[in-house]
Amino acid sequence: MDFDYDTLVAFSKSWGLLYLFAFFLAVVVYAFWPSNKNRFDRAKKSILDQDDKPWK
Amino acid sequence: MSELLHRKLERSAIGLVLAIIAAASVGGIVEIAPLFTIDGTVEEAPDMRVYTPLELAGRNIYIREGCYACHSQMIRTLRDEVERYGPYSLAVESQYDRPMLWGSKRTGPDLARVGGKYSDFWHVAHLSNPRDVVPESNMPAYAWLARTPLRMEDLPRHLEAQRALGVPYTEEMIENAARDAYGQAMPDGDFATGVSERYGEATQVRAFDGVTTQVTEMDALVAYLQILGRLTVAAYQDTAAPEKAPDPAN
Amino acid sequence: MIGQLTSGERQSAVVILLIVAMVGLSMAALGRTDPLGVHGVIVMLFSGGLLYVVLSSFYAPAPTEEREASYYDDPIKIGIVLSMGWAVFGMLMGVWVASQLAWPDLAFDAAWSSFGRLRPTHTTGVIFGFGGNALIATSFHVVQRTSRARLAGQLSPWFVLFGFNLFCILAVTGYFMGITQSKEYAEPEWYADLWLVVVWVTYFILYIRTIARRKEPHIYVANWYFMAFILVVAILHIVNNLTLPVSWGHAKSYTVWPGVQDAMVQWWYGHNAVAFFLTAGFLGMLYYYLPVRAQRPIFSYRLSILSFWGITFFYMWAGSHHLHYTALPHWVQTLGMTFSVMLLVPSWASAGNALLTLNGAWHKVRDDATLRFMMVAAVFYGLSTFEGSFMAIRPVNSLSHYTDWTVGHVHAGALGWVALITFGSFYTLVPALWKREAMYSARLIEVHFWLALAGTLIYVFAMWNSGIIQGLMWRTYTEEGTLAYSFVDSLVAMYPYYIARAFGGLLFLIGAVVCCYNIWMTVRAKPVTSSRSGDVPVVSVASVAGE
Repeated sequence: MDFDYDTLVAFSKSWGLLYLFAFFLAVVVYAFWPSNKNRFDRAKKSILDQDDKPWK
Repeated sequence: MSELLHRKLERSAIGLVLAIIAAASVGGIVEIAPLFTIDGTVEEAPDMRVYTPLELAGRNIYIREGCYACHSQMIRTLRDEVERYGPYSLAVESQYDRPMLWGSKRTGPDLARVGGKYSDFWHVAHLSNPRDVVPESNMPAYAWLARTPLRMEDLPRHLEAQRALGVPYTEEMIENAARDAYGQAMPDGDFATGVSERYGEATQVRAFDGVTTQVTEMDALVAYLQILGRLTVAAYQDTAAPEKAPDPAN
Repeated sequence: MIGQLTSGERQSAVVILLIVAMVGLSMAALGRTDPLGVHGVIVMLFSGGLLYVVLSSFYAPAPTEEREASYYDDPIKIGIVLSMGWAVFGMLMGVWVASQLAWPDLAFDAAWSSFGRLRPTHTTGVIFGFGGNALIATSFHVVQRTSRARLAGQLSPWFVLFGFNLFCILAVTGYFMGITQSKEYAEPEWYADLWLVVVWVTYFILYIRTIARRKEPHIYVANWYFMAFILVVAILHIVNNLTLPVSWGHAKSYTVWPGVQDAMVQWWYGHNAVAFFLTAGFLGMLYYYLPVRAQRPIFSYRLSILSFWGITFFYMWAGSHHLHYTALPHWVQTLGMTFSVMLLVPSWASAGNALLTLNGAWHKVRDDATLRFMMVAAVFYGLSTFEGSFMAIRPVNSLSHYTDWTVGHVHAGALGWVALITFGSFYTLVPALWKREAMYSARLIEVHFWLALAGTLIYVFAMWNSGIIQGLMWRTYTEEGTLAYSFVDSLVAMYPYYIARAFGGLLFLIGAVVCCYNIWMTVRAKPVTSSRSGDVPVVSVASVAGE
């Protein structure tokens, strides 16, 4: 494949940027999705539980 | 949609694994892969020669003793470095270096162009006890190198491994590797002429440690130090002006 | 140790150990004229020793079915002990090499004890020995507790733990003999690297199978970090260590990467070893043990997710900032710099998240040295990530690179962040694991804390000073436009700082020894009999004892 500096720049300014942005968007959407709030709240409190046995 | 995807992602641990790989691998691929295809990465240097077996053995001693932990072999494109150490290093100068020894720390000075800067005698004295030559030095003493005979019988295998990876050693060089290592450190012996035949007239053939009865690790290490920066003259030709470092007074 | 294994598992252990011993035997035979032979013998001795342990209680009573109803803590306990052993060894070597820079005769004119050979024993001892064992131990603990499931294997945790320690032993003993690839933080030769791949794949499978067994629907974020650590380290390790051995009987090998490509691959590895070995895994510790110790949930769970993906994505680009102004193409340097600066955002998000978790619990931080260890670790994490982004900027790097500033930066991270979060986690974990009321002595934790903090500060300030002086001396010009100082001038200026650095390191080492004593006495103390205090961290008890 013919790969020089200019193709790389073109690629990163188009697809690279898109990938970065899509990735960012996906993570933000996941973190702030309203219905995820409960599971996150549960998760952060669950480690403070005091039982010391695996669950059945 | 997005939420569904994420829930699935996280439900199965495999999904998380794939996402981590997807996120983490881009950076490395973008930065490393093009280095193999861009012609500009490594310059042309038709005069570049490979290390002789003795120099390669010396290089392996340099690696074994961890010299790279305190000495770099990479002159940066900064004015003060060029004035202190010589022309800045080019990629082509380390094209046969496996591994590269650019280093990351200068407890001692850069060695990229140390070859020919000092005499063999100086190197032997310095390696035997650095403080005899440089009283302020904190370098360890390597006196025992001069007492340790160099292991040469397996050098053909070393050259063969290098050739398998792409270093242009010829069949003849591989066959004669052990003899050439011996010959390069024994200028009056029978094997000395073969070295310059195979590696060029400019190759330094002499008793590097000043002793002609035995080839020691000191011979090999000094031979290596004396070739540093001298495998090609590319760095002295057509290079751009070095960058000026920011002024410390400002 | 063996009591938890069924007779079938004991047989498997024997078979595995015999295979390893056979590999050792063939290494010894093939490499009889090479240092490889010595390593063959070491492999045989290692597997022989473990074989003795297994066989000596081979016919001990088998575990009942009930073992599935409890967490598997034995490998964690041994992991903590091994980790502390390596800590003392690695830090001792660190103090020794630091002293050699001030007093070079401390090498005693021997080959094995010169700076170049000892330095990797220090770095490997602390990073892989201390840090690696701590990561394995805490990850086994965290994954079980957060998944509410027992480890998905009885033998594999031991395989991972002892296999990893065999790798560390091969690495360190190799350096004394001069076996090294010269790749920083990846010095061990091809056979040790291959062995680590086997161990690491087992680790990965064990971890992911345990997560797959989880009873909690959501995978707690600490596991994400541990998983990224295991996964990415595997990728880095394999790519960076692709080599061709000289022969089956030689320890020596040649890397497949030549010159400039090797430089890029090495520092892509080197920087991400910092990222995923010394950061991601330890962030996993932070996200579990800090909230547990403070008895407060993490400030923002969302923020921890955002910073996780930020770190995972950005870090992999940053390695080329180790190669500014070198023969590496300019555009790669620029990419490295850009992403290094962007990395500050997720890094500070993590540090801030940790500190905000403590908001409202500052009285606990005041009274409880264990929690203070973790708080200061988060502060140092914030400081050293800021410093790292700053040093990755090209003009700054032109001054800092090749100097002691880099060493100071690394130790701000390694001592201030990695070691302190580990000690904090161990002080939380040890009483819980051994079912003790609290650590043997809260006062000794306090002593350890101040020794560690003082040692870190002395070390880091000494290296900041020496590094910046060194960098400035190298580039100072006289009125006439010539270089003002010779290299030796700059070296002479370093000596006072080298002595200060060795002293700072010594304080840190003494702290680690105090920690070992405290852990030992805790283990020897009587277990708590009441059933109530299981995994409960012992904040209140510790703070009362500290009064």
